[in-house]
Amino acid sequence: MNVKLRVWRQASTKVEGCFEEYEARDLNPNMSFLEMLDVVNEDLTLSGKEPIAFEHDCREGICGSCSLMIDGEPHGPENKVASCQTYMRSFQDGDVITVEPFRSRAFPVLRDLIIDRSSFDRIIQRGGFISVSTGSAPDANAILVSKDSADTAMDAAACIGCGACVAACKNSSAMLFVSAKAAHLNSLPQGRTEKMSVS
Amino acid sequence: MALNSNIPTGPLANKWDNYKAGSKLVAPNNKRKFEVIVVGTGLAGASAAASLAELGYKVKSFSYHDSPRRAHSVAAQGGINAAKNYRNDGDSIHRLFYDTIKGGDFRAREANVYRLAQVSVNIIDQCAAQGVPFAREYGGMLDNRSFGGAQVSRTFYARGQTGQQLLLGAYQALSRQIGLGAVESYLRHEMLDLVTVNGHAKGIVTRNLATGEIKTFAADAVVLATGGYGNLWYLSTYGRLSNATAIWRAHKRGAYLANPCYTQIHPTCIPVSGDYQSKLTLMSESLRNDGRVWVPKKKEDTGKTPSSIKEEDRDYFLERKYPSYGNLAPRDISSRSAKEVCDEGRGVGPGGLGVYLDFADSIQRLGQHKIEERYGNLFDIYKEITGENAYEQPMRIYPAIHYTMGGTLGGLRLDDNLPGLFVIGEANFSDHGANRLGASALMQGLADGYFVLPYTINNYLAATKEKRPSTTQSEFTSTEKESRDKLGTMLGINGKRTVNSFHKELGKIMWDYCGMARDKAGLQKALELIPALREEFWSNVNVPGDGEEINQSLEKAGRVADFLELGELVCRDALEREESCGGHFRTEHQTEEGEALRHDDRFAFVSAWEYGNGSGPKLHQEPLVYEEVQMSQRSYK
Repeated sequence: MNVKLRVWRQASTKVEGCFEEYEARDLNPNMSFLEMLDVVNEDLTLSGKEPIAFEHDCREGICGSCSLMIDGEPHGPENKVASCQTYMRSFQDGDVITVEPFRSRAFPVLRDLIIDRSSFDRIIQRGGFISVSTGSAPDANAILVSKDSADTAMDAAACIGCGACVAACKNSSAMLFVSAKAAHLNSLPQGRTEKMSVS
Repeated sequence: MALNSNIPTGPLANKWDNYKAGSKLVAPNNKRKFEVIVVGTGLAGASAAASLAELGYKVKSFSYHDSPRRAHSVAAQGGINAAKNYRNDGDSIHRLFYDTIKGGDFRAREANVYRLAQVSVNIIDQCAAQGVPFAREYGGMLDNRSFGGAQVSRTFYARGQTGQQLLLGAYQALSRQIGLGAVESYLRHEMLDLVTVNGHAKGIVTRNLATGEIKTFAADAVVLATGGYGNLWYLSTYGRLSNATAIWRAHKRGAYLANPCYTQIHPTCIPVSGDYQSKLTLMSESLRNDGRVWVPKKKEDTGKTPSSIKEEDRDYFLERKYPSYGNLAPRDISSRSAKEVCDEGRGVGPGGLGVYLDFADSIQRLGQHKIEERYGNLFDIYKEITGENAYEQPMRIYPAIHYTMGGTLGGLRLDDNLPGLFVIGEANFSDHGANRLGASALMQGLADGYFVLPYTINNYLAATKEKRPSTTQSEFTSTEKESRDKLGTMLGINGKRTVNSFHKELGKIMWDYCGMARDKAGLQKALELIPALREEFWSNVNVPGDGEEINQSLEKAGRVADFLELGELVCRDALEREESCGGHFRTEHQTEEGEALRHDDRFAFVSAWEYGNGSGPKLHQEPLVYEEVQMSQRSYK
């Protein structure tokens, strides 16, 4: 299959960006979206141009590095998957696909599709933890946790911290990210003493 | 040079306590005078940085990621082992120790492995207290499952995302210390080199990946928690950014590399689908609790739909060959068995490189909802990647590079011949011998960071006469210049091949000649091909852009340049170890039944390689002296 890409290119935070168009040819529908970008980048490099900068690492949907807005949707057309788990079989031959970084004032563009999400780290540093220093824990089964509570905590803790919720919100609110962490820790008895003592 | 692994005397069960009793301490009011650099923020790095800061040391934490939480520990799926014996099924510290040392094919140090089993129980306590949402039973107690190479259920888990949850626990502990000002966090900083002063590791050179700025940092000690080097094989289950640069630069500055050829090839990964493929995705070993591995008995059945193949025409080869462990045979053995049946032409799927992992029996026995509860996210990942529904048809799986047991040599204190350098987690050659058991990587990473390093780094800091240097010293300026020159050279070559094409070619050489099966002729061939490829890299690579900005091609070029050197050492180590053990399978050395054949009379040692400047690598041997365990032929039958 062949597709046409409209990709946001921006050299740094300090300069303005714009869309550029590229042809991606002879694609296999089983390629991931990022593997398609790899192919485009190899061609760009060989033709003396700078490849498209984008963030990625695990490529299995868990590290939260990817931050692509694909056709106006964070991570693209498939539900509940990151950009790296979006496959070309989700598109049609001949499609024109628009690729941008997550758009939010809280996430400045560093280059092309790479954004600065350090605000999420600062949120966790302000209280997204239970204060327990190494070595002071009681036996793990001394704190009973009901299965329902543990399952609820796990549902919330599964957040990968990618920032798609901020990108999807018209007000760029981080409330989903924050509430996921709050729901994770609030569902468990471990932090209760600390929670009650913080005003 | 004689190798000193600093193993204390006394009975095995008392060695760690004896070490701690004799260790020098740093008083609380003196701890803040010491600065420690920790490179890497995975399970080992984040837990170490947090724990050292809690103790009062001044810590600087470095990661090339945009957040500490992205480190590839996040991708570990199945679980973490601990000798809690909550199941009442006969587990103990000694049994976890024995399973691990046997699983490693008797190529790990006894004292290290015993300590790992001892502290395993503390890890679960620590993580549960942090709020890691481990799976629970209805009574509120922790749940367990089984992993390969064990006949007890000692694996704690958080659905199929145990690594993510343990990492978030460590990340949150680290974030707490960053918020308190006890840890300075340097993100998007890649370590380019290690700085040594008078033979002690005292600092690092970094490149700020966002701005291109090259900078040096000095400390009283340097901790590397930079993970494994499986991306040397190009296709692997590693994160794409994982690399060997930190440990390879440390090696070139004097640290020995131990057992570099010990590589883990995981049996259950989604098979390769095409040439464009950039990585392989693991399907957790925990699936083998409920999935049965099989291929058709007859070659002519390989193209049929699996459900049409009758029960008597299927070969459940792991259950057939290893009845007492069945589908939970260790990883090295399961991988080789899968390769064997595919080599016989009985593999399934594209290219015949795959075997079935079938859940039909379990779904019938337990109901689909139970399988969904246990492995739902894994079935989802499988569907996203292959477009197939594994509740309705079996998964197709094939082995892939997953972990490196080899790494920087470290004694019981996790340091060794380069004082001031401590190496933890997968970057250390560590505790897994020639094969790591499932759910033991998370255990070892957190053991090192939470419960070992905090007890060993003090011994160095309290005793050393080498104080923290200034970054204006010549050792820092000259090492920084070397790093700059290397980047400048790569940017200036303007050749005709992309960085990725070199990486891919190197990976193919490694997989063909130093993969699941190795032999003398193939390894010698690789030792000709790799230096030639390296030479071509330095004359024909094309690295676009410049060094003063985000430049992912430049980042990757530096990593591939180091892989091109490390790959040669890995092949040399594999060539010189003329035996088979664990994941290192030399076809010349196998039993009549095709199992790994060790030669304890000649190879019961750790291979510790010294970097040879111009003279080639030099091999040192650390004998593996067992006091407790009898080395034997592994049997999982």
